Amino acid sequence: MSDTFAGPVPLTTVLVLALDTATPAVTAGVVELLPDSTTLLAQRVTVNAKAHGELLTPHVQDSLAEAGRTFADVDAIVVGSGPGPFTGLRVGMATAGALGQALNRPVYPVSTLDALALDAATGHPLLVATDARRREVYWAAYDALGRRVDGPHVERPADVVAKLASLGVREAAGEGASIYAEVLGLTIVDVRYPSPVGLVSAASAEVLAQARPAPLTPLYLRRPDAVEPVGRKRVTRA
Amino acid sequence: MTDRLILGIESSCDETGVGIVRLGPDGSLELLADEVASSVEEHARFGGVVPEVASRAHLEAMTPTMRRALDKAGVELSDVHSIAVTAGPGLAGALLVGVSAAKAFAAALGKPLYGVNHLAGHVAADTLQHGHLPERCLALLVSGGHSQLLLVEGGLASSITEIGSTVDDAAGEAYDKVARLLDLPYPGGPPIDRLAKTGNGCAIAFPRGLTGPRDAKYDFSFSGLKTSVARWVERCEAAGEEVPLADVAASFQEAVADVLTMKALRACKDLRVDTLVISGGVAANSRLSGLAAERCAEAGVELRVPSPRLCTDNGAMIAALGAHLVAAGAKPSPMDLSTTPGLPVNVVQIL
Ligand SMILES: [Zn+2]
Repeated sequence: MSDTFAGPVPLTTVLVLALDTATPAVTAGVVELLPDSTTLLAQRVTVNAKAHGELLTPHVQDSLAEAGRTFADVDAIVVGSGPGPFTGLRVGMATAGALGQALNRPVYPVSTLDALALDAATGHPLLVATDARRREVYWAAYDALGRRVDGPHVERPADVVAKLASLGVREAAGEGASIYAEVLGLTIVDVRYPSPVGLVSAASAEVLAQARPAPLTPLYLRRPDAVEPVGRKRVTRA
Repeated sequence: MTDRLILGIESSCDETGVGIVRLGPDGSLELLADEVASSVEEHARFGGVVPEVASRAHLEAMTPTMRRALDKAGVELSDVHSIAVTAGPGLAGALLVGVSAAKAFAAALGKPLYGVNHLAGHVAADTLQHGHLPERCLALLVSGGHSQLLLVEGGLASSITEIGSTVDDAAGEAYDKVARLLDLPYPGGPPIDRLAKTGNGCAIAFPRGLTGPRDAKYDFSFSGLKTSVARWVERCEAAGEEVPLADVAASFQEAVADVLTMKALRACKDLRVDTLVISGGVAANSRLSGLAAERCAEAGVELRVPSPRLCTDNGAMIAALGAHLVAAGAKPSPMDLSTTPGLPVNVVQIL
């Protein structure tokens, strides 16, 4: 293009590859994004917390094939950056980073919880919770317009309950909300995992504006389990 | 057939490596790039590799290390012919970062993917420096994670058999534990090697594990040696004597090098092999390579030790192994390739 330095030309139709591995679902999809619409062209989703590494790239390839597109047609990549169990989460992040580098396309990280909130879109205040294992949930709270007002955090479901009243939340989405439905005492919206459309919607403004993507940093929310050795054996007398 | 560029990705432990090797029409290998990002300093205060810390570091380092390797080689990803990646053995979460990235690179570029064995990669590293391996050779792999004696026949793409391995600690692990005992930093290899140079290796007769007449001929054991060093130091302290650190380091190092070289040369003799390759992080140890050189010369065995940089974990060795597979016409691995943390050494490639 001759006008490379005249600033980005606004894109009208953007083909976006969406990935997420922050929940037990291995999710890939191809989404067509226009300023006023977000259309799913194809998706592959397998719920298997142990298969992220195996299945994600084949799911990406199969989604593209079903959509009748190739990697060369992809304009941008959107990836769920968690929070989520670390090992699975990194599969999506590493895959998205490599795809972006290989295709020379921008990669936009979005909160997996934000994507779930957009998928649920109840028009009321909403709690989104995913399974953090160790009897905890990753959670965030959203207002009636879908804006995040609290989170993301990782906590025990019982400790989340105490905070819900002040947030006016009576509905909940995400697999974590289903698992701990009794403790939370909220109306469950049956949206368990983020969809490609939800993921792309969470980044649509940035993607359409061709904004510079945020760094590809996973939302771990927990420190690595590691303890420094104690009772260090000292032979020398320093 | 023209030149083919083979990309290698390594993330099995605490080094994120990307290497690029040019495979010539005659099967020759030329190393174009060997970029490594290490998280070793982040593990130092824990006295050993913390898997989650390593995995986080791999994710951060993967695309920048790839960029540096491409720049160093002066090539672009689209110039690459094939992609090889360590699929095992190694730390599960760490392997997964490299394999995920490699699969994405292969898919996006439409290039064949080879999921390969890290241990075979250590042997392949030597071919970058000393050319093709003879029809039969023995390889002694010694590092913080592995201590193995391997028989390689018919080239790296065809057959690797483990004839011996450690029954407890890896050689490098013993170095780390003894270093901690002597209040030396982690990783323990380099500081012990330095200190040992000022000491007497014959000062203390530390035990040589598994060297009795009924012991496994080619297996190693370093746990008893480590315990023996600890007891010796404690006795010294209890008696109110100053610990002769340099002598302890030198005598410990002598015991390790003695057993490793003795068993490797015994295997050479028994199996009538006349080439020994020593690779892995511990191969950089001066006493091990020195003693191996002496004993190989006596036995008429050719000794091949790659430069220290090629001995430690890196992407170049994985690219080299990938090049051997491509040259041998191996089929690519499937795109649903997964990691195998306990991959046995006889499986050179996951199909
Ligand atoms: Zn290694």
